[in-house]
Amino acid sequence: MMTTNKAEKTAPTQTGTVTYINGPVVKGAGMSEANVMELVYVSDERLAGEIINLNGNVATIQVYEDTTGIKPGMPIYRSGQPLSVELAPGLVGKVFDGIARPLDLIREKQGTFIGRGVHVETIDAETKWKFTPAVKDGDTVEPGTILGAVPETPLLEHRIVVPAGIQGTVKKIAPAGEYTVTDEIAVIETDDGDHPITMLQRWPVRRVHSLKERLKPSVPLITGQRVIDILFPLAKGGTAAVPGGFGAGKTVLQHQLASWSDADLIIYIGCGERGNEMTDVLEEFPKLKDPRSGHPLMERTILIANTSNMPVTARESSIYTGVTIAEYFRDMGYNVALMADSTSRWAEAVREIAGRLEEMPVEEGFPAYLPARLAEFYERAGYGKVGPDRYGSITIIGAVSPPGGDFTEPVTQNTKRFIRTFWALDKRLAFARHFPAISWIDTYSEYIEEMADWWQQEKHIDWRRLRQQALSILARENELQKIVQIIGPDALPSDQRLILQVAALIKEGFLQQNAMDAIDRYSTPAKEVKMIELLMHYADRAKELISHGLPVYRIQEMKVNLKLLTMKQEIPDDKLEELDKIKEEMDAEFDQLGQGLAQTAQARR
Amino acid sequence: MMANGRRVYLGVEQVSGPLVFVTGVNGVGYGEIAEVTTSFGEVRRGRVLIIDGDTVAIQVFEGTSDISATKTKVRFAGRPLMIKVSEEMLGRVFDGTGRPLDGAPLPLSGEERDINGAAINPVSRVYPENFIQTGISAIDGMNTLIRGQKLPIFSTSGLPHNRLAAQIVKQATIPGEESEFVIVFAAMGVKHDEAAYFEETFRETGALENVVMFLNLADDPSIERTITPRVALTVAEYLAFERNKHVLVIMTDMTNYCEALREVATARGDVPTRKGYPGYLYSDLASLYERTGRVIGSDGSITQIPIVSMPNNDITHPVPDLTGYITEGQIVLDPKLDRQGIYPPISVLPSLSRLMKDGIGEGYTRGDHPNLANQLYGSYARVQQIRNIASIIGEEELSAVDKKYLKFGEFFEQEFLNQGDENRTIAETLDLGWKALGVLPVEELGRLKHEQIEKYYKAR
Repeated sequence: MMTTNKAEKTAPTQTGTVTYINGPVVKGAGMSEANVMELVYVSDERLAGEIINLNGNVATIQVYEDTTGIKPGMPIYRSGQPLSVELAPGLVGKVFDGIARPLDLIREKQGTFIGRGVHVETIDAETKWKFTPAVKDGDTVEPGTILGAVPETPLLEHRIVVPAGIQGTVKKIAPAGEYTVTDEIAVIETDDGDHPITMLQRWPVRRVHSLKERLKPSVPLITGQRVIDILFPLAKGGTAAVPGGFGAGKTVLQHQLASWSDADLIIYIGCGERGNEMTDVLEEFPKLKDPRSGHPLMERTILIANTSNMPVTARESSIYTGVTIAEYFRDMGYNVALMADSTSRWAEAVREIAGRLEEMPVEEGFPAYLPARLAEFYERAGYGKVGPDRYGSITIIGAVSPPGGDFTEPVTQNTKRFIRTFWALDKRLAFARHFPAISWIDTYSEYIEEMADWWQQEKHIDWRRLRQQALSILARENELQKIVQIIGPDALPSDQRLILQVAALIKEGFLQQNAMDAIDRYSTPAKEVKMIELLMHYADRAKELISHGLPVYRIQEMKVNLKLLTMKQEIPDDKLEELDKIKEEMDAEFDQLGQGLAQTAQARR
Repeated sequence: MMANGRRVYLGVEQVSGPLVFVTGVNGVGYGEIAEVTTSFGEVRRGRVLIIDGDTVAIQVFEGTSDISATKTKVRFAGRPLMIKVSEEMLGRVFDGTGRPLDGAPLPLSGEERDINGAAINPVSRVYPENFIQTGISAIDGMNTLIRGQKLPIFSTSGLPHNRLAAQIVKQATIPGEESEFVIVFAAMGVKHDEAAYFEETFRETGALENVVMFLNLADDPSIERTITPRVALTVAEYLAFERNKHVLVIMTDMTNYCEALREVATARGDVPTRKGYPGYLYSDLASLYERTGRVIGSDGSITQIPIVSMPNNDITHPVPDLTGYITEGQIVLDPKLDRQGIYPPISVLPSLSRLMKDGIGEGYTRGDHPNLANQLYGSYARVQQIRNIASIIGEEELSAVDKKYLKFGEFFEQEFLNQGDENRTIAETLDLGWKALGVLPVEELGRLKHEQIEKYYKAR
């Protein structure tokens, strides 16, 4: 970025002094020339911090590390730069903390525990990358033009894109070969002079890096999770929230989405959550294979781990670090999916810092700007044009952890205003180990129209009808259960008891999906559709027989029921013809029931 | 302990609850330990909470009674609160700040450690996956405890959480391994009887020389409770990660700890959130609970079993709520089961072990374990629904299948859950689970695999 380059050339000399310490909040005098959001270093241990407020010559600083032992009078060094993240080949497959420091390097320096004042670069400057140019001398380029590419992992080609603000002609481009991220790979001649380009860029994390042109999200993010893909879809470039009390399965769902979504790159932010969950991902992802390419999932994943016991201020910034990295890869023309687990912990970090600044709390102690902060974050999602003939997207999925599982609390309520798919997790489903515990009553998706068109055009499937039929059975069942609670199921008329039976099959056989089962954890779109078609066919045929007087218990005793319950885990994606066999068996059984019915009718006559 | 030649400040500016404000102070660091001498010469310890120019706020652990504005002396230690850790601590009893209570002197050898510890680097962790057999079916079968897990017991007054914790301590083994657990016990504001009960249990099992106890009892200074678990976990980390021991940490009662924290927060004027607890309660609890697990380069582990009493048996109260968000599951006790004489009265539906998925099944416990647990959950959840219906329309009106569910529920509670002091192997637990499912028709068992049903299912 031009601004940062300039700032580097004029490193500020002014040094402040500490006057006040309250947990992660430090105040310093003698900071009259500093900027809000400037990165500073506190004391000679050089603890990283960021200026969040200025009052005269006093700066209020949030420090990203433990402040134990900091004393008044200690120096504060300015950097002259905003808090930024280094972007270059070498990000994918890595795990960073909330301010983009690689955790494996921290471990090399400090061992098992994270100490203070460690300085490690996000990007390794020594590694050489195989660069292939995509332009030649004299070509006209603009921000977004691809200058060349590096095969960062077998799954992801890292494209070197002309940074914002640079427009002109290529004066020099490096030939194919091996380069470090700081080697000059191009020079671009512009109206205001020559710009040398390396593979390394620095983007301020709190500044939005917009799409060239925002377009309507119209392609689903295929997740392999049946309840999502068939009933409550999310579009690439869309936003979703997953609220749920503890034990409702937010994290397992986020892990499932990170594993199986058909995005090009996954950015997983463990924001104020458990350390072991990150370890789980770190141990599993190199072993799990992407169902489309067969490559380890780690080759398309970046992890940001700022766990609950790491500094709360870095938890606040982890979200911005993650979304800035997402924007960088989006601009290469990729579909990036970003998971933030959990946005409530991020909001609490915001609240904690606001509290230490003695800002006026409005609701449950949260500051008045909470909704604005949430909106800013979710609006960084989107699909659109990123360069000449190139499109990219960021999909954001935020977990929400409402206190006491109460969805009326401020973070859930304000999040709902800025997202379009709401996967409400239901504690009762979780208690019965019905996972994913996505409630079909409280959940919604605002992408139905666009997704229905996509299924129609791309797969020639009447997805809208299948979805509507399944949902209306589930909704009817929900109503009927209220009556059953009062009079018992046997008092209901046959057609209504059939609804209960079919809904039970949909719930057990389709909606429940076992994340631990090697077959069940991911379903291809073809399997998802075949399964729901099979169930709807069952519903139609059974309904017809019931209307001709077949007693419901004959349906409940059908042999095919157990097959419909277990097909999700017994039939792998490459043996879908087995599902056709189940359909044949089902039809044979229904035919037999129908004949029996006809014979009885005949006999009566 | 105090470095000599440090400046002594005479008199304090203000006393507010557990906080003392001293002015004119120079060169004191955030989080430093202070020694406060009262008018009567009693020496207390405290910690620097805020520094504003030359004014320092100190949180005094033993309370601020007898502190006068003019005669109190304050001296700063120049470092945070440390504790000397060594293997000699095993078999000893200390107070809530690490001073000996058993009459013997402080261990001579050992290294000084900052009680606040540091965060374990997520890439240094080893994912826990070794099954601990507790001998309790509801835990082993359905909420399996894993070595390196933090699994709290959610309880309320009058329930046998202490008995359950003691039983786990007595029975915990890792099948196929000889290594024994070392126990670190931290009591925060518990009654004398309760502390005595645990001491008695440890003695009975002959394990007293493998136990370190830190006792802050109900009548001890409440502010001291904010450091008791930190002292205990510092010792646990040393024993686990440097002496390669398997450490089981029992912390009781976390609600008392949180109340002490709230007391300090209120005195400091922190913005209150739910029920007056400070907004950083989550982060503070995480700084304790996350000191659990296994790390690369050490054969030891820390397993935590914190006991959380839920005021009013309300699981949405901030303490159990935030605990559940941090810990890897929870064991919930139910007064209704307790009234029916079922022990342990574990309510399995809201209970959960997040780590069990990777520590059970083929190669760990038995191949059918994951699906069996899943099926028991599903079927028992159905029992609850049917019971609701039966309570309105009467049992006679239920369908034949629903009646079988009621029978299953009965067997499950009376035989599977209710086991008293029996110590069951994992195979016994799983077989009992199959026996319970035998009450149900096979068509109801959609979560089990075909071959598992063939092998284990016997209709009854």
